[in-house]
Amino acid sequence: AAALTPELRESVEKFVKGHKVVLFMKGTKLFPQCGFSNTVVQILNNLSVPYETVNILEDDGLRQGLKAYSNWPTFPQLYIDGEFFGGCDITLEAFQSGQLKEVVEKAMCS
Amino acid sequence: MGVTKEGVEETLKAKLTPTHLVVIDTSGGCGASFDIEIASSNFEGKRLLERHRLVNAALAEELKDIHALSIRKALTPKQWEEQHPAPENLATA
Repeated sequence: AAALTPELRESVEKFVKGHKVVLFMKGTKLFPQCGFSNTVVQILNNLSVPYETVNILEDDGLRQGLKAYSNWPTFPQLYIDGEFFGGCDITLEAFQSGQLKEVVEKAMCS
Repeated sequence: MGVTKEGVEETLKAKLTPTHLVVIDTSGGCGASFDIEIASSNFEGKRLLERHRLVNAALAEELKDIHALSIRKALTPKQWEEQHPAPENLATA
């Protein structure tokens, strides 16, 4: 079972609200260790948006806690403006439809 | 016990009563990995994120063992028909 302690919830919330775009992923933006994570990194690079990445492979407690925090079972997990946006499929579809660019631009201006 | 394509199909059929369902086993030897295309009236009036949540929730048990899951399409039956006209419609188009 996923263990989302109040402390972990608070620090995740602080982190995702402290940065406009946050990607929890397998690996790092310079060295993605999974094709799905790599897809989202390439999309964010393409949008030329500043973003933070967190490697969930390095912290199993965080990995399990995030699943509970977002109510999302897999990685990568993209957060925009403090809110969970989606996984790889949703991000890809939103990128292709132009919706992601809109959401990101809105976040940058907020 | 591993997750099979048939198992994923059965669970989705039982929980989301899809009008269209394709489950493709994409595991290249690294464990259970699936692509899913699904049309269900349960998706009416729901955003993509909520639709994916429904699929994820339906597969909660399987996801413990699934290595990778890609929900390629999560459509309403109407959207599915619009994207995939019946052959006779194509012939008259």
